[in-house]
Formats: sequence, structure tokens, C-alpha cells
Amino acid sequence: MFESFSAVTDSAGFLLGGVLTTLVLVGLALLMGFLIGITLTLGQVYGAKIIQRAVSVYVWFFRGLPNIVLLFLFYFALFPFFGLSNMPAFLVAVIVLGMRSAAYQSQIFRGAIQSIADGQMLAARSLGMTKWQAIKSIILPQSLRLSLPGWSNEYPVLLTDSSVAYVIGVAELLTRTSQVISRTGEPMLLYLTCAVVFILLNYGGMMLIQHIEKKVKIPGFGENECEQI
Amino acid sequence: MNNTTDIPILRVENLCKSYGDLHVLKNVSFEIRRGEKKVFVGPSGTGKSTLLRCINQLTVPDSGFVYLNGEEITNSGKKINEYRQKMGMVFQNFNLFDHLTAVRNIELALLKVKKMSKADAHKKAMDELERVGMADRADFYPAQLSGGQAQRVSIARALAMDPEVMLFDEPTSALDPELKREVMEVMRKLAEGGMTCIVVTHEMKFATSFATEILLMEKGEIVERGNPADIPTSPNFVRTREFMGSYVEE
Repeated sequence: MFESFSAVTDSAGFLLGGVLTTLVLVGLALLMGFLIGITLTLGQVYGAKIIQRAVSVYVWFFRGLPNIVLLFLFYFALFPFFGLSNMPAFLVAVIVLGMRSAAYQSQIFRGAIQSIADGQMLAARSLGMTKWQAIKSIILPQSLRLSLPGWSNEYPVLLTDSSVAYVIGVAELLTRTSQVISRTGEPMLLYLTCAVVFILLNYGGMMLIQHIEKKVKIPGFGENECEQI
Repeated sequence: MNNTTDIPILRVENLCKSYGDLHVLKNVSFEIRRGEKKVFVGPSGTGKSTLLRCINQLTVPDSGFVYLNGEEITNSGKKINEYRQKMGMVFQNFNLFDHLTAVRNIELALLKVKKMSKADAHKKAMDELERVGMADRADFYPAQLSGGQAQRVSIARALAMDPEVMLFDEPTSALDPELKREVMEVMRKLAEGGMTCIVVTHEMKFATSFATEILLMEKGEIVERGNPADIPTSPNFVRTREFMGSYVEE
């Protein structure tokens, strides 16, 4: 069944383009999820009642629907409805995956912010700092560090979810793999290649996150005392 | 700057605070002049800490007024951030910023609030650490400091803002006896330098030797007050003597 490795080697460039698309898609969605996620968290923790409500609805909506339903909904219905039928599939995938990730990320950050003792905010305010200064200089730097272990889970989730962009025709890794298969008739070889690439991307990303985690670690901060027993 | 001694630095007038049916503060009034040391004592849960937090508006009182150098700071809106700099606060649990080293704990508000240059802020922070004997721990993170050291850093952090009055909220309650002593020493040094202090504490021996006036609070009210030298004999201190007695027996 592996008679023709050339099916892979001949299409290497084409598949690599797919890998790149996947990586950019995941990277942008993660970034977008991070920025929107933080905003949602701040709204939910520090915002007025009405904002807290709105964030809850957002989170409930994006966590309640499967990725594939969201993609179809936005690509075939919502964007065209608002006159954006020319929106490239890639962009739609970034937006949908990013907005969905934001819902999850916001809850990771919220947990971290709420685990920071009130005393940190009190001390900051007692020195004359404004609430926003305290959030920016004290609450966020601490809560983002505390979030990292939970947040690192978002990368593999988004990476594996990204292949669903196949259904609206984004030329990512799975889409291109399937195209090569239909041309060469080598499903075993190509799907295995696709799988190995996903695993490598996953591994590489996790290594990077672990590296960041070590880099931003504060001595004694966020450590579980039980670990020392 | 008002240096006349007849205007109190801080005047508290009829402060009231309730949480539901629980009246934590009932019409508390007092004033403090430059250089005075007022020490609040009394059973736990009688509103002493709430009183301190109502003074710098970390807790908003239901009614009553607080005046700093004759200016009302209750209902002062955004200006409260300016007033708070004049009232340094020290907390029971230190509340050092856990992600910053000792020296950066002090620099932060100097940079963000006082808008000092980096060099000036650093110099000021080191001076304050020197003052509390912590200069050699400048680059340690809070988790690497003992409780007494952390509290000294938090005192330095408050002092760096050049406050006119210091509010100490049970500064030694979380510390073992030896560490208590090093924090008390720092406070005494401050007091000798003329710093105006309002202290909430359960350390009766320290209270009587430190205070220019002792105020006993019970159930949200100041029930007895006066010169600590009079505590053993004066009829004004009957409850205080009972409280101290029960405290020693514990």
C-alpha cells in the first residue's frame, strides 16, 4: 500500500501550503480569542450588570453550538445576510473559531482573576491607583500567569478544531490532503501523513507554551504547597 | 500644606456602616492632629477594621463624613485617588503585589500614580526600603520573604507616597511573636519621627506604650477613650481593663 511515497513527496509543496494555512488560521484565531476573551472577562468581572449579562449570553451562545454549525451559520447565512457574501472562507473560519475560542478563554481568565485575593486590589487602591491602573498593572499580570496552564489547552483544541474549516472549503491541511487523495488514490499514506503533521504541530506548540510558562514564572507565585510535601 | 495644629489632619464625623441588619459602625466620630497616635482596641468584629477602611473610602460608609486637612473626602468622586496617597495603609495580610519584587512593589505606585521617572522612583523605593531595614531584600519576591519582612516592605510601600497619616490595620496579627517585634520596632521608629498614626491592634502592651490615645470599640461604637497612662486606675477605663484582663487570660 505504500508503493508510491511519491504521492506525498510530489505534493509536498501543496501540502505544506495547507500546513501554513492551518497554522495561520489557528494563530489568528488564538490571538483573536485572546483579545476578545480578555475583554469579555473584564466586562464580566468588573462591568455593569447589563454588560455582565451580555457576556453571559455571548459565552452561552458560542459554547452551546458545534463549530460546524457556527461555520455554516456565519458563512452561508449571517455574513451574506449582512451583505458580506464575498467574505473569504478563510476569514470566516478565523472569525468563527476566534469568537468561539474567546468564549472559552474568557472563562479561563475569569477563574484566574477571581482566584486573586481581593487584598491585591485593595492595596493598589489604597495607594491611590485607579481601578483600571490596578487591573492593568496588578490583576492582569497575575491572572494571565495563573491562566497559562488552563490556557495552554486552548491551542490543541483550536488546532484540532481547525480542520473543520474543510467544510467551507478553506485550503487548510485536511482539505489539501483530501484533494491529493482524490488525485492519487492513496488514502492510507496521506491521512497518516496528515495525522503525523497534526501531532507534530501539537507537540511543537505545547513545547512553546511550556517554554513561555517557565519564562514568566515568578518565584513562589501560584505554587501549590502540596507539591512540596 | 496646612501646618497649624488646631486643624486636625483627619476628622471623622458620625460614620455609619451597616451590612444588612448588622450595624458595624454607629456614629463613630474622632479627630487626629499632627503627630498623634490613636490606637483602636476591642473585641474582634466590632468595626475597627471597617472604620479604617471607611476613612480612606476603600469601604464606602452609609453616612457620615471624613475630612482630610479640612477637605471633605467622603463623596469626593475621582479625587479620592489623590486623598488616598496622603493616607498610607498597612494591611493585616501585607497584600504585597505577588508578581513584583520588593523594590518594584514600591516603585509601581510612584510610577503610575506620582508619575515619577524610573530613576527617581527607584531611588525613592530604595530609600524607603532602607528606612525599614529591607534594602538587602530589594530584589526578593513576596513569597521569598518572611511575614515580618513582607510587612516591613508593605510599610515602606505606603511611606513612599509621603502620606500625612498612616493607617495600620492589625499589622502584626498574622505574625509570630518574634516577627511582630520587628514590625513594631519599625512602627515605633516612624512614630518617633513624628508620623501621625491610626492603629488597630490586639497587642495591648504595644498599644499602651505606643498610643497618645487609646480608644476601645465595642459593637460599632467608641465606648471608652483616653490617655493610656490612665488605664490602670481611671474610672473612664473600666471596660478597657476588663477587656485587657480577658485578653491576657486567653
